[in-house]
Amino acid sequence: MISAISVGIGILLLALALWTVVVRDTFAAVAGFIPYGLLLTLAWLVLRAVDVALTEAAIGAGLTGALLIRAASRLHPTETAAQAETPGLATRVAAGVAATAVAVVIALCLLRLPDPAPTLAPEVARHIQATGVGNPITAVLLSFRAIDTLLEAIVLLFGVVGVWSLAPDRCWGGRPGLAQAVGPNDILVYLARVLPPIGVVIGIYIFWVGADHPGGKFQGATVIAAMWLLVMMSGLRDAPPVSRRWLRAVLILGPAVFIALGLLGAVMAGAFLAYPDGWAKLWIIIIEAALLPSLAVTLVLLLIGPPQRPEVSP
Amino acid sequence: MNVSQLFGLTAAALVGLGVYGLIVNPQPLRKVLAFNLTGNGVFLACAVIAHRGAGAGMSGDPVPQALLITAIVVSFAASALAVGLMLRRFAETGTNSLAAADDAAPGEARTNAEAR
Repeated sequence: MISAISVGIGILLLALALWTVVVRDTFAAVAGFIPYGLLLTLAWLVLRAVDVALTEAAIGAGLTGALLIRAASRLHPTETAAQAETPGLATRVAAGVAATAVAVVIALCLLRLPDPAPTLAPEVARHIQATGVGNPITAVLLSFRAIDTLLEAIVLLFGVVGVWSLAPDRCWGGRPGLAQAVGPNDILVYLARVLPPIGVVIGIYIFWVGADHPGGKFQGATVIAAMWLLVMMSGLRDAPPVSRRWLRAVLILGPAVFIALGLLGAVMAGAFLAYPDGWAKLWIIIIEAALLPSLAVTLVLLLIGPPQRPEVSP
Repeated sequence: MNVSQLFGLTAAALVGLGVYGLIVNPQPLRKVLAFNLTGNGVFLACAVIAHRGAGAGMSGDPVPQALLITAIVVSFAASALAVGLMLRRFAETGTNSLAAADDAAPGEARTNAEAR
């Protein structure tokens, strides 16, 4: 059975995707990408992947949208030059043929998936008791496939190193992003005073409830990151200079604790990232609690970009 | 047709649209946008596979779902790095075009690059 809402989501998704590809103005394309991300969130919900839906709403639609909108407005002066570069009809037809061929092959593969579908759900159900957490996705992320999550945290850290390495020499060690000038009575300033206490509590709640219900550190960290971004955008607090030691300590806290406990597992339980019997839940909580601030800071730093203002010496 | 097949087809179409946009749009930012569409198509395919693997009292196979969460976060980091590269290039050179000056690009683009 297929409901009308699923068909509607599918059609709207494709229409918005088409819009982001064919519309002339880049800003309009990015503006289409944000509702597209929110529709994708609904698609995850229809597919009953609530944890993925939360991540998509927070990171896929929210943070990526903010990142691209900022870039689109900064790159606006290049718009007319780029539009003159639009390839000719032959290239477009060839691209259309290639894209259609790729899509048809993928569609055929996805329509001929084996039945019954191979699944690891029974395996997860059999072993989830040992981890002490109730949410199977948290169990996979922090126990069965903990190495993936560790490597992901390290990839994010490398992402920040990559973004920072794009700083001009004279700005190195300075503050990222441009200085914000917002009037003290602006609505943004009001929101930046009122929302963060609520947002931080919600972020920590999403993180904590992730042990047994949909939620977790990525989603929680994004909400906390959004609160910090709001404070920065309103000009209430400036972005910290990247040379600050506390900033770097928070950045590596999560991966460092993760690796340390992984090595401890190698000594106590005989394998890297193995948890000793009965201690799994505690170790998972420690790792997640260390990852939460690291992820929040990492996401903010990825979004606001490399240092652009030299730090004024006090 | 069931939900898995519907979103399977949507995923394939998203990948196709992304590939088309990646080739046709000259601006790097549009290419990042198109690449995100392709990525979303792959994620959606992965979610369809997770959905089909529902069982043992779970709404879907949790292993691909967990991979998806990882993938969404990593794709954000990749987009952020790409945008950072673009903005730095724009700050240094005042251009964001991928066409090299001596590139055998189609007529109009070439004259435009030389005029600048």
